[in-house]
Formats: sequence, structure tokens, C-alpha cells
Amino acid sequence: MLLAHLPILQVIVPLMAAPLCLFLRHSRLVWLFAVIVSSLSLSISIILLQQVMSSGIIIYELGGWSAPWGIEYRIDKFSAFMLLIITSVSTTILLSAQTSIEKEITEDKHTLFYILYLLSLTGMLGIVSTGDVFNAFVFLEISSLSAYALIALGRDRRALWAAYQYLIMGTIGATFILIAIGLMYQMTGTLNMNDLSRRLPEVAQTRTVFTAFTFIIVGICLKLALFPLHQWLPNAYAFAPSIVTAFFAATATKVAIYLLIRFTFSVFGLSFSFTTLPLQILFLVLGLIGIFVASTAAIYQKNVKHLFAYSSLAQVGYMIVGLSVSTVSGLTATLLHVFNHALMKSALFLALGAVMYRIGSVQLSQFQGLGRQMPFTMAAIVVGGLSLIGVPLTVGFVSKWYLLIALIENGWWPVTVLILSGSVLAIVYVWRIVEVAYFKPVWTDSNQDRKVIKEAPLSFLVPIWILVMANIYFGIDTRLSVQVAEAAAQSLFGVSP
Amino acid sequence: MMFMGLYNYWIVVVLMMIGLYVVIAHGNLIKKIVGLTIFQTSVFIFYISMAKVDGGTAPILGDGLSQYSNPLPHVLILTAIVVGIATTALGLALVVRLKEAYGSIEEEHIQGLDNHTFENQSKDEQGCC
Repeated sequence: MLLAHLPILQVIVPLMAAPLCLFLRHSRLVWLFAVIVSSLSLSISIILLQQVMSSGIIIYELGGWSAPWGIEYRIDKFSAFMLLIITSVSTTILLSAQTSIEKEITEDKHTLFYILYLLSLTGMLGIVSTGDVFNAFVFLEISSLSAYALIALGRDRRALWAAYQYLIMGTIGATFILIAIGLMYQMTGTLNMNDLSRRLPEVAQTRTVFTAFTFIIVGICLKLALFPLHQWLPNAYAFAPSIVTAFFAATATKVAIYLLIRFTFSVFGLSFSFTTLPLQILFLVLGLIGIFVASTAAIYQKNVKHLFAYSSLAQVGYMIVGLSVSTVSGLTATLLHVFNHALMKSALFLALGAVMYRIGSVQLSQFQGLGRQMPFTMAAIVVGGLSLIGVPLTVGFVSKWYLLIALIENGWWPVTVLILSGSVLAIVYVWRIVEVAYFKPVWTDSNQDRKVIKEAPLSFLVPIWILVMANIYFGIDTRLSVQVAEAAAQSLFGVSP
Repeated sequence: MMFMGLYNYWIVVVLMMIGLYVVIAHGNLIKKIVGLTIFQTSVFIFYISMAKVDGGTAPILGDGLSQYSNPLPHVLILTAIVVGIATTALGLALVVRLKEAYGSIEEEHIQGLDNHTFENQSKDEQGCC
């Protein structure tokens, strides 16, 4: 009985749980509650994925109103895959949230932190589940608004400035999407994605549809921080509380990628998307420039959070290059990288959270000798870094391998070479951290004695190493991730959503 | 005739451009939020305009009425207005906090202060190593 309502429960459980946090005054209780809610979402998403893989698309009609009139939730393989990524990362990160925010956020704001976190989770899950474009816009704004507030909780006053800039850029992006939805509705009279995909081809040659498509691409690219619309991201990630950075780096841009794929492949359709606009060459060029500009910028960062934020931008570039191939294998590579990057970046940023907890700073200069003082945390950063580079036996290798195969299948040899040289840049920036942490004497300051730095507490180490082991596990046993990603890619290329 | 028929849409475009221009060109944080609100409002007008059906009345059943305007965009835009208000409120709250933290609401001034602390930090680092 309850099983039939899973698609809506996926979204409504964290949504209803968020205000309930207010009644649990005690900060630890709220944390426990949030962890339970998030694991509940995780179990729902696992069941949903199983159902979708075995019996196909799940359609849920809200309030029993059938599709063109009511809002429908539509879980296909792609959405189920994304739901699993978001909920699993969210749950793992939440495990160490309490320890981390005790140092980074003042006591009276702890409850608010968890409320915002759950709301943000709701927004992301909603975007992925819904089959209605306006509903997707509303959820996008729910997740974005809570994201702005979460980033502003950072200790540094620059967090406020970063949040403000993100708010301006994010709102412009969301309003662009709203304009596009209006134009699409004007031409087709429907907001349902499935209906849109059937009716849009009839009016595909009009200038209105063309404008709508342009608005939506630009709007989403603002949200996913594709070069050159990426300026808001590095500071937002660098100055937000560590937990928030880990959560967003792993999920927020991925959800934007989801929207981009959903609109280009399902709603507008492949033939329209890749012929009307020169989208293929546009994505390819912007993706490649993004990889090189961001990786090079990462090399010169002094703040390690900044460094990994730039590296996130480079990874978005890889995903977009995979999209630009516009074949099943290219899309599979993109989806795999979405999954794998979520694993790498959540592990890396959570490890940085542990460093922040012990040292109170993530400046590269203060990493000196940390390899001996915090061996487990630094080992996690090294494995995550190797994964970023794409060393075999890590997940990073799997997705780069699939991307290279997709490019070679298409005969894009020059691009293949560029992608490989992009990895060389990753080696440089990861090496800078390794060098400082392992090959330099322990950092000493004339004012304070740093010999007392201990390994991070277990509440950090356990979630970090769960994520690191996942990085290695899915790098060796690729059955689950590749199978699901391939099935999702094929379904996106096959029949409409 | 063409121009007058599309009167609403001209207003939408003009407001949209004014809004975006203010967001980009002004350094005052409050003015940026005002620009953002104007920008969003233009989209609201766009939705309301497209719902109008020539000769249609308000969508309430009545004798002798057969043509109604489309109520759906109105409902959509009610939601969008709520979202817009939330954004404006959050933006203004951030400006208040920024004013407390930096003592200014001018973009240039805040960025100047940030660059200043950044330089100091890197100097400290050089000194220590």
C-alpha cells in the first residue's frame, strides 16, 4: 500500500521533517532526527531504483489527477539513479555534521542548519522526481534559497559576500528558466514534460521555441557553473561551512546536470537540441576551456577548499564534454562521472572538514606535516586526489575510461589528447597538497604550538572512509554503476521519458 | 496595430532589460536587489499577458459566457511571486548582515576590503614559512 506512494514520499518526508526540527530543541536530537530522515530517504530511493530497474518507469499522479491536469511524478532509470546518488551522499555526510558544525556554527543556529539542509535535500529530490516543468522550477528555488542561507552560515564574513553573489546569479538563472517555461507553455499549452516532448516537435521551427531553448540552456548553465558562468562557485564553496561544501559539491551541480540532460534529451528531444543550436560544438568548446581554465586556476590556489572548488569546475567540464558527444556511450560516461564525482568530492571535502575541525583553517601552508599528524584523513585526501586524476582502481579511472572510449568511437582524437592532458594538470594540483602534507616539516608558528594536532575524531573518519572505500569499490567492481548508467543513457536515447 | 497589439510584451521586454541592467551596472547592493525584483516582475507580467484570451472573461461560470481567460498562468505566477518575495527577503537579510560585517553596502568597497585581508593573509604566510 505504502509502496505505491514511494515517489511522493521521497520528496515529502524531508519536506515535512524540516519544520519538525523546530520542536526538538536539543541540537544532538535534531541531528539524530535529520540522520534518520535522510536514511529513510535513502532506503526509499534504493527501493525505487530496484522497482524501476525491474519493471520500468513509475508514474505517480499527485492527488489522483491524471497527467495533463495534475502534476505527475515520473521516476525513470535516470531519475532513480540520481535519487540514489543524492540520498546516499546526503546521509553519509550528515553522519559527521554534528561534530563539524559544533566548531563552525554557533550553538543557536544548529537547528536552523538542519532545517535548511533538509529543505535543500527536498528541493534536489523534487527536481529529480517531478515530471512537470513548473514544479521543477519551484523545487529548484527551494533548494537554491536554502543553499544561499546555508552558505551564509560560514564563519568567515566572505561567506556572506559569496552567498549574496550566488543569490544574484542563481536568481537570474532561475528566472531565465521561468521565462523559458512561459514561452513553452505559450506554444504548447502544457507543462507536463511528457506532453511537451510530444507537442514541441510540431512547433519546433518557430522562433518562440528557439528562444525558450536558449533561455533554458543559459539558465541551467548558470546553475551548473559551466565556464564562463562559473564565477559564483569557488567562493561559495570555499567559505561555506565544511559540511555544506561537501553536500553541495557532491549534489548541487549534479542536479543541474540532470536538468540539462532532461531538457535537452527528453523535453526538446535529441534531434532538436543538437541541430537547432550548435550545441555540440558549444558544449565541447566550453567544456574543454572549462577543464583547462579551472584546472590551471586550481594549481595556483592557496586555500585547499578553493583548490578543490576549481577542480569541481573542471569536472563539470568533463561531464559537459561527455554530453557533447551525444551518443549513448558519451552520455553513459557523463552519468558515470556524475556518480563518481559525487563520491570523490564528498570524500575530499569531508576530509577537509576534518582538517578544519582540528586546525581551524584549510590554507595549504598549514598542511605541512599533516601526513604524519592526521594520517587517516590525509590518506583519504590522497585516495580522493588519485581518483580525481583518474588512476586505475579508483572510480575516477572508470568514468575517464568511458569518456575516452566514447570520444574515440566518434573519432575525436584531438579531444582525447586534450582530455588526457587535462588529467596531467590534475596531477599537478593534487601533488601540491601531497608534497606539503608529506614532505615538509611539521608547520610551526611562533605564536602557537602545533604539536598537539591529533587525528580527526571517529565521527569524521567513519563517514570519510565509507566514501573512500566506495571510491575504491566502484573503481574495481563497476557492475552496479555502469549497468545503471548505461540503462539510463539508453532509455534517454530510446523512447521519450 | 502590430505594436499596440503586443503592447504588454513591449513593456515586458523594456522592464526586463531595465532590471538586468540595474543588476549588472549598479554597485549598491540594495539597488541590485531592486533590479532583480524588476527583472522578476517583468516575467510575472509576461505570464499574465499570455493568459489573456481576446473577448474572454474571468474564468467564473455564468450565463451567456462562453469564452474565458486561461487561469493557469495566474496560479503559476502566484507561486512565482511567493518565490520572488522569499528571494528578495533573503537578499535583503544578507545585505543587513553584510553591512554589519563590512560596514558598507557598496560592491567595490566590500571587494576592496576582501582583497586587503587576502593580501595580509598571503603576507602572513610568507612571513611564517
